[in-house]
Amino acid sequence: MRRLIYLAPLVFLVVVVAGFAMGLRRDPSLLPSTLIGKPLPSFSLPPVDPQAPGLTSADMTGGGPRLLNVFGSWCVSCRYEHPVLMALKSQGVAIEGVDWKDTRADATRFLAAEGNPYDRIGDDEAGHTVIDLGVAAAPETFVVDRHGRVRYKQVGPITPEVWTATIAPLMARLKSE
Amino acid sequence: MIAEIGQLALILALCLAVVQASSLLIGAWRLDAALMSMGRTAAVLQAVFIAIALAGLGTAYVAGDFSIALVAEHSNSAQPLLYRIGATWGSHEGSMILWVFILAVYGAAIALAGGTLRESLKARVLAVQGAVGAAFLGFLLLTSNPFQRLVPAPFDGAELNPVLQDPGLVFHPPVLYLGYVGLSIAFSFGVAALIEGRVDANWARWVRPWVLAAWIFLTIGITMGSVWSYYTLGWGGWWFWDPVENASLMPWLLATALLHSCLVLEKRGALISWTILLSILAFSMSMVGTFLVRSGVLTSVHAFAVDPKRGVYILGMIAVMTGLALGLFAWRAPKFRTGALFTAVSKEYAITVNNLFLAAATATVFLGTFYPVFVDALHGDKISVGPPYFNATFAPIFMLLFVLVSFGPLLNWKRDAVGPMLARLKWPALAAVLAVVGAMLIFGVGHVMAALGFALGAWLIAGSGVVLARRWRPADREGFWGRVRATPLAIFGLALAHAGLGVTTVGITAMAGWQSNAVIAMTPGQSLTLAGKSVTLTGLRAIAGPNYEAAQARFAINTLAGPRVLISERRFYPDSQTTTTEAGINVGLLGNVYISIGDRAANGGLVVRLWNHPLVNFIWGGAFMMAFGGMVSLADRRLRVAVVSRSRAPAPVPAKPLEPATA
Repeated sequence: MRRLIYLAPLVFLVVVVAGFAMGLRRDPSLLPSTLIGKPLPSFSLPPVDPQAPGLTSADMTGGGPRLLNVFGSWCVSCRYEHPVLMALKSQGVAIEGVDWKDTRADATRFLAAEGNPYDRIGDDEAGHTVIDLGVAAAPETFVVDRHGRVRYKQVGPITPEVWTATIAPLMARLKSE
Repeated sequence: MIAEIGQLALILALCLAVVQASSLLIGAWRLDAALMSMGRTAAVLQAVFIAIALAGLGTAYVAGDFSIALVAEHSNSAQPLLYRIGATWGSHEGSMILWVFILAVYGAAIALAGGTLRESLKARVLAVQGAVGAAFLGFLLLTSNPFQRLVPAPFDGAELNPVLQDPGLVFHPPVLYLGYVGLSIAFSFGVAALIEGRVDANWARWVRPWVLAAWIFLTIGITMGSVWSYYTLGWGGWWFWDPVENASLMPWLLATALLHSCLVLEKRGALISWTILLSILAFSMSMVGTFLVRSGVLTSVHAFAVDPKRGVYILGMIAVMTGLALGLFAWRAPKFRTGALFTAVSKEYAITVNNLFLAAATATVFLGTFYPVFVDALHGDKISVGPPYFNATFAPIFMLLFVLVSFGPLLNWKRDAVGPMLARLKWPALAAVLAVVGAMLIFGVGHVMAALGFALGAWLIAGSGVVLARRWRPADREGFWGRVRATPLAIFGLALAHAGLGVTTVGITAMAGWQSNAVIAMTPGQSLTLAGKSVTLTGLRAIAGPNYEAAQARFAINTLAGPRVLISERRFYPDSQTTTTEAGINVGLLGNVYISIGDRAANGGLVVRLWNHPLVNFIWGGAFMMAFGGMVSLADRRLRVAVVSRSRAPAPVPAKPLEPATA
């Protein structure tokens, strides 16, 4: 019995080291969205291009699963992500956009030069909707199911790897739901 | 050339560390004097070679050798010289060189100065120290090479993180590391004792000055960090329960416990296994802190750039080194003789209870700091543990501990009686009661916690006073001054340290109860009154520093000592696109007025945050008093060690006569 007490510190160390080892595999800066499984907060945004429709939360329900991409023409990572979005559009993926803290002129120029992957774009120059969405930095992308519920949030650009490994399988599953 | 010399010096130091560990271990086992002598030489040379590497890196920073990747990443030619020197340890790699350098210097100090230490024990201590050094040098060379070249070399470098460009960087890390790494000596002594299978009073007598030195450095280092974050982060707080602050607090708590348990072991031969365990755990906590800062397992203001390989290596190092040490402990410690017996009313007992409280406090901080890691690992949930947890758990433990602090020094060793003990405590108790009554009269009955805090402060300070007063009461022909002169320095050290704790407690209490702040948008000429002090924004201008641009705001404030000008700046460092805040602080004995400026408000005014911080300087003043008390005590100790070394007498296991109320 006395010997066991002397063994306790070693046992404690083993537990702690195991915990640290598991903790090492996780990135503490990645925060999951609190919106997962919940409907999108309601919003109604004017269009960037006055000829086109704007974007409201009601537009996010019905049809199939879709992506909601928060971007800005000023955002370097968004430019990096842009070709991937264009490729997804050509595959028939539905993408809606929220243009964040941007001027209409800059956004129009950006989309004219790089192509427009979005079905609809809402202009959130003041950034209030983006705060409701809990977005920290562009780009962030929400995967929204047909009932308008958030199922996944991608922080940072969607790369081809992220698309094939994570988002594409999820979209396929949501289609069959 | 410098980079290659530095690199080679580190590789040689690693080889020497391996030689040191193996030759001393075998030498001590075979009692081979030649091998042991070789190991000691290796320990000294190891320090020399790491000094060469550190000096090489420092030279490269000063000269601006941007062909070294580390230099190019953390300095540029516009950076002031002071911060180019400081940048030597401002990065992960550079700070690890400083770490291994200090580790090796401690080892060399033992090799050169450990005169009266038993030959075989000294050899084993140095062997363990060498093994620890080899592990850290391996970490440096394998995962964090500071001398990596950058091809092609850039014309100019990037920049040291602007938040670090502060005189604090020059002093805070080296002092803190002297503390963290100093605990490695305790670790080495602990493991050496387990290898030998014997612990005696001499062991404690030898290890205690090292623990005390490490504790002093740790105390100063943590305090300096707290002051630095206070004036530089612009939040006006002194402790944030940030994971890395906690990582420095845990070794400090355990070192404090170790300091006291060593005393019991030295004077009374008790608490043997517990002391050994503490000596292992204190340094292990230093390593856990290293892991935390450098692995990316938690996010913190202190975190270095993260490479998962480093986390794995440090974790492996903790697993192997602490694992082996605790394995030895489980094997050998049960065979140690149990210590001398003592009753429930005795100095030993008071110190034992103090140790339990310190251990519980450490466990509390450990749990709060790492709970998010464990929850994330088990459930994938992201949570954070903040001040409410620590206030609810750590604070009550510490308040109880503070009550106990005044008991220990006034109790006799081995056996004391309740009646006389209470009689000795009547003045501290009276002081505490007066503090409660005073606080309630001045501030109202509602402030119960604040009254308790002040009472604890008074109790601690008066308790220290009684320790001295009991020795000085002129009851014989020596008279008062004769008695003051006859008081050992260690007693003065004890009184200073415990009173310092009381001073800190008073500061914390005042800050917790009465700090106030206001945030408004001010235009030049406008005044604001907070806590009876009127502050006027007198001027606003743009200035250019050596490597930054700043908006500088000047404020006029009327203090008891006359009118003062406070300057707060918001600096923008274009090289790293970073903004920092320089707070304007009016430092006073009764408290500080703290101003930090923000951005321009929508109406064209300047956003100004103004704080009143009552008695905040008591917090750091008390902490420095503690450290100073440690130094005073250390001065005494060195004297005594020197006496032993002259007489060359192997001091016997203590059968010292009972001294009335001594440290």
